[in-house]
Amino acid sequence: MRDVVITGIGIVSCAGEGLETHLAALAGGAAPRTDTAAFEPFPVHPATPLEWDRQIPKKSDQRQMEPWQKLGCYAAGLALDAAGAKDDAALKGRMQLIVSAGGGERDYAVDGGILTGLRKADNPGVFLNERLMSDLRPTLFLAQLSNLLAGNISIVHGVTGASRTFMGEESSGVDAIRIARERIASGQDDIFLVGGAYNAERPDVLLIYEMGGFLWKQPYRPVWKRGPEGGGMILGSGACFLVLESREHAASRGAKPLAAIAGVASDRSRRKAGSVEGALHGLSRQLGAKPDLVLSGATGVKGITEEEQAALKDIAPGATIHATGDLVGHTMEAQAHTGVALAAGLVAQGGANEALVTSIGHWRGEGAIRITRA
Amino acid sequence: MALRDTKGRPLVAVTGMGTVTSLGQGRDDTWAALTAGKSGIHRIERFPTEGLRTTIAGTIDSVDVEPFCAPMLSERLAMLAAEEAVAQSGLSHESFPGALFIAVPPVEMEWPQREALAEASGQTGEITYKDLLKAAGTGRFKAWHDLFIFGTVADRVADRFGTRGSPISLSTACSSGATAIQLGVEAIRRGETDAALCIGTDGSVNPESLIRFSLLSALSTQNENPEGASKPFSKNRDGFVMGEGGAALVLEDAEKARARGARILGYVLGCGEKGDGFHRTRSSPDGMPAIMAIRQALEDAGLSPEDIDYINAHGTSTPENDKMEAMSCTAVFGERMASLPISSNKSMIGHTLTAAGAVEAVMSLMTIGTGRIPPTINYQVPDPAIPLDVVPNVARDARVSYVLSNSFGFGGQNTCLVFGADPKGA
Repeated sequence: MRDVVITGIGIVSCAGEGLETHLAALAGGAAPRTDTAAFEPFPVHPATPLEWDRQIPKKSDQRQMEPWQKLGCYAAGLALDAAGAKDDAALKGRMQLIVSAGGGERDYAVDGGILTGLRKADNPGVFLNERLMSDLRPTLFLAQLSNLLAGNISIVHGVTGASRTFMGEESSGVDAIRIARERIASGQDDIFLVGGAYNAERPDVLLIYEMGGFLWKQPYRPVWKRGPEGGGMILGSGACFLVLESREHAASRGAKPLAAIAGVASDRSRRKAGSVEGALHGLSRQLGAKPDLVLSGATGVKGITEEEQAALKDIAPGATIHATGDLVGHTMEAQAHTGVALAAGLVAQGGANEALVTSIGHWRGEGAIRITRA
Repeated sequence: MALRDTKGRPLVAVTGMGTVTSLGQGRDDTWAALTAGKSGIHRIERFPTEGLRTTIAGTIDSVDVEPFCAPMLSERLAMLAAEEAVAQSGLSHESFPGALFIAVPPVEMEWPQREALAEASGQTGEITYKDLLKAAGTGRFKAWHDLFIFGTVADRVADRFGTRGSPISLSTACSSGATAIQLGVEAIRRGETDAALCIGTDGSVNPESLIRFSLLSALSTQNENPEGASKPFSKNRDGFVMGEGGAALVLEDAEKARARGARILGYVLGCGEKGDGFHRTRSSPDGMPAIMAIRQALEDAGLSPEDIDYINAHGTSTPENDKMEAMSCTAVFGERMASLPISSNKSMIGHTLTAAGAVEAVMSLMTIGTGRIPPTINYQVPDPAIPLDVVPNVARDARVSYVLSNSFGFGGQNTCLVFGADPKGA
């Protein structure tokens, strides 16, 4: 089996743009930038304003994308730059791509107008048909389709080995990294771009999680401290992409690895009290983890967050524990990549020998990733 | 017979297949209708179609779910297909000894649910998302969180069959079903699992989905004669017809399947894929990505173009796809393409989108197993620009050992699979 290393990281969030900025913010320890007004009473962590032109040069491409796709495309470009791959068309032509994604945003004015009109419509079905036919922008569909973030990355950045899009909230992130790692380790492929993007500033996603009772509705508080007041997550807008390759492949093209991905484990416990704690112990054993650093993807959701905290006390006694939620918010499909990016950055700085990244889904799915020195 | 392929990897056997389409429930019903040249396309009864440019589809109306919505129907179709496939394999129904890879349509809340939230909000004036959010906070709609997130269909299928590990939900648009199979093949070849349950499912014919495709001018508008609307490779083709379906395959390490005495229905010998960065909905004009995907699948299978006996086409019936597919196949198969049978199941089933690659995989294996090639129906006006043997209108008996199945999708997705009765040289 071949070693798998990380040679490029692209990240954008409320903390800013780029790995260095994020590591500095993590070291600074200040509370993340939070918008409590736009979707009151739901706080969100808005992405830092970006100069899209820097990674998505064509305005025509920008117009075809909604924010989640633009965030993802931008971060993918940063990762390719960091890996020294941006200008190597042949390399990008055989680079494989796995994107973790949900779906795109809706046209909120159209939805509201239709709902208002439906109440008084003589024939609601016909009214709906007519309004959707006349009000939906034809290109909106392409900004909504889950696999069109990958499609846009192929178009904008020329990453055209082949793309696959994984869905399924947090789990899709861990499993994308797992499959990419296994394909490289087994020799099937040499180099991957993997990542995810999330736009939290969307009433339709807030709606889904509010229906389930998962949202935190008070001013920002660290994820570990929300439990006593009911718990909940604060969604964050952002994106994170990683370039993964075999150690030999990186060496052959003179790319410097930041860290290695020593293992990825994921499972699906049938959730009940104690199952998350048990799952984390199992995953950690499976990985042979002995971390002195933990990048936790804890959501702040009551119960599972406390279980994770308890498990980490046993798994990583004495380790420094950071929660990605306290830096960028909960970025759902991009949660696991974000943890890996920060862990790799800290390991590369020499701040740790071995890191464990956790990804406990707000509703289902448990994963862990072991990061070691390159 | 060696149970490893020419590259030393475990051979991947198919030991179970299931499907449900607008043609019938179960692989045998679907196959009988498909080889009889029957169409499953009909007028949409499920919702009013006044005001729509397209009023036909291959919906599955015999399956009832509550509440009626795409994720519920897609889940049910996946379950039906998987039950049939797992039963045929003889593996455990409750503790399936392998991983789950499932292609699911992107889901989101639908209009009946938005309307219910709007009503519950008590708002009598202009409705905005603020009102929906207020209603969501009552806790009365908790179940809809689970219903409308992306991992739920997979989770429920994983629960039902007791598959191992974290299930993978995926989308590669209209090649998703093929990608689910490819992921299963790869996991078995790597030795991570002895078996994989690979599913494609799509039950998303609802007003908004239909209208979205309609606004992209992707759908046939020949509504007068629904059964004749899907006309792949014909000169008068004018778009695809949406269909619904589910299909499941049980894949196994051939050695393990043989050891337990399972009946092997065929093999997945090769997978190929290539991205296309040309355009969001159109393929590179030179067809290179599709050509490379086909070549990679053949190479992966250890076959040369001469070995392929039949192509199960992507064949959507859109002007663009059928032209590009014919061009790409001709580039790979050369002059032989004029006489190599290629037919489109979508002429009868419609385009089952996320499920299509899996449905067509089952039909490809049935073709091998029965020696009968299903036709491309509605082939009345040949397109002189596409001089192919499309097995016009009537099924044909032939010895078929190796099949290429093509799947292409929006977003530059090109996925090709090669199935065989046996590996070459066995």
